[in-house]
Amino acid sequence: MSDPLTLDIKDLRLSFQNWSGTTEILHGIDLKVAPGERVALVGESGSGKSVTSRIVLGTMQDVRTARVSGQVLFEGTDLSARTSADRRALRGRDISMIFQDPTSALNPVFRIGELFQEVLKRRDLKVTKAEARERAAKILNEVSIDDTDRVLNSYSFQLSGGMNQRVMIAMALINEPRLLLADEPGTALDVTVQAQTLALMRDLVDQQGTSVLFISHNLGVVREFADRIYVIYRGRIVEHGATKALFDAPRHPYTCALLSAIPRLTGGGVPDIEERSPDFDAPFIDHAELR
Amino acid sequence: MSIFTRFLGRLGASLIVLIGVSMLIFFIARIIPGDPARIALGPRATEAQVEQMRETLNLNEPIIVQYSLFVGDLMRGDLGISLYSNRPVMTDLVEYLPATLELVLLAGLMMVMLGLPLGAISARHCGQWPDNLVRVISLLAVSAPAFVWAVGLVLVFAYFTPLFPITGRISDTLDVERLTGFMLIDTLAAGRFDAFASALHHLILPAFALALSGIGQAARLTRSNMIATYEQPAIEMAQAYGFSEARIARRYAFKPSLIPSLTIIGLDFAALLGNAFLVEVIFAWPGLSRYGVGVILQKDLNAIVGTVLIISATFLVTNLIVDFLVSILNPRIRYSESSR
Repeated sequence: MSDPLTLDIKDLRLSFQNWSGTTEILHGIDLKVAPGERVALVGESGSGKSVTSRIVLGTMQDVRTARVSGQVLFEGTDLSARTSADRRALRGRDISMIFQDPTSALNPVFRIGELFQEVLKRRDLKVTKAEARERAAKILNEVSIDDTDRVLNSYSFQLSGGMNQRVMIAMALINEPRLLLADEPGTALDVTVQAQTLALMRDLVDQQGTSVLFISHNLGVVREFADRIYVIYRGRIVEHGATKALFDAPRHPYTCALLSAIPRLTGGGVPDIEERSPDFDAPFIDHAELR
Repeated sequence: MSIFTRFLGRLGASLIVLIGVSMLIFFIARIIPGDPARIALGPRATEAQVEQMRETLNLNEPIIVQYSLFVGDLMRGDLGISLYSNRPVMTDLVEYLPATLELVLLAGLMMVMLGLPLGAISARHCGQWPDNLVRVISLLAVSAPAFVWAVGLVLVFAYFTPLFPITGRISDTLDVERLTGFMLIDTLAAGRFDAFASALHHLILPAFALALSGIGQAARLTRSNMIATYEQPAIEMAQAYGFSEARIARRYAFKPSLIPSLTIIGLDFAALLGNAFLVEVIFAWPGLSRYGVGVILQKDLNAIVGTVLIISATFLVTNLIVDFLVSILNPRIRYSESSR
């Protein structure tokens, strides 16, 4: 492969120091995202998927009690070896993020237009208010928002959750980042709105060729969106494969349990997933080599 | 509804409160035991003299009539004669209020200029030494009343190390023409910068003693609000987009945290008028709080009512200003009111 991978995580470990010693949260994660690829990281809450995204973002390394080891290569350079300021320089420009609850993530004290301008300043410090509005309006159109003037003049609490989610997607992609981290996007929204916004997001990243690391607990959502899936359980990747391969023939007991927990129209109820099961500690299963 | 009409609404509500206060204080002042005419004239006065005094004060009229007479006078700016100083109450208030206001305004300014930044620094370095230092100082500041600080500050900064004058508003050797009663303004108006410096010099220690607990309160509140704000997704989003930490602290964490702090500072500020009493006594400050306590002990009816009215009015004005500032800072308030 000549192109370097957008994201290449090798043996990533994270532990937190506390009074009684250290607690390891991630026990050696390996994960790859190729340019333009959409990859999902799926697991329950507490499995370590969100902290993984914070490490890629580079904010976890600044937490004083956190110890990060292993390599996180973004386009070939190791993020963990860089300074905090260098990592910050990437954020908002080359790496961007979408949050779970758009309404609370968009600062309530500023108008949407002002927030867009702040974000645009990360690329171009001299961007004027008029330019910022124009560019924001253009990308808002692409996420199917037509009355851009009203939206740009509003505060987040004046807009609906679905509208805020689209604003968030537009904001995350306006600087044309090369990697988009999507942490449970739309989980706070109702299912139909979530599906709509995810479709808009997919169109936009396809158009821009952005790589996506999609973090979710919901295999059903991921199926529609991702090219490849990593299943994470208690800080370990337990199964990895192309979306189709993984859904067609899940082999790891934990993946099977997760899949059986997707509610179905045919009814029949959802089985409980055990808190811990020796089965879930079964070795890693890889469906195929990358591409 | 624009900000202006909203402001008018609040103003109207404040006026109603003021009318309520005037009734309350008027009746309470007449219910507390002791005959004001007798106290004013002293134990040696004859019964006839006392009776005549009661007539001039309208004390023999029914209380409703007394109140309507009082309101009529008030409209003309007449609060009656003080039995204590034998001068019109209005004259007394005009003399004493500026001294206290000057003291309280500087104290309020100190609460804002010191309390808020200290809290912000504390929150920004949560758990590190600047935070611990600020927390100890602010806890100490909150836990002792103003007069304890006043005595302590006088001892340390005026007595042992004479950096500041102990009493008075200005150096005795200086004589500045009274214009507004605000020493800082009067000295500047007269173009006397030496006198201005002296007045400021005299003002700093009592104002600081008065402000200390408010500074501590504001710092603690700002700190905890800002730490709570830091936990919010909006801050994480700002970090995720690579905004600088200084910018995040200033624009994203500090600004929303100001809202509750300002409300508390407003209340504290109004309470300063009452707290100022002991500080004024300690620093021999010729202010309204000292006057107010004096007239209460003398059961000087007109002066009590006048003083309380002025203090309530100041309280209401402060609240109006704080309300206004908060609605500027917090779009949620602005817009929830306007959509009604």
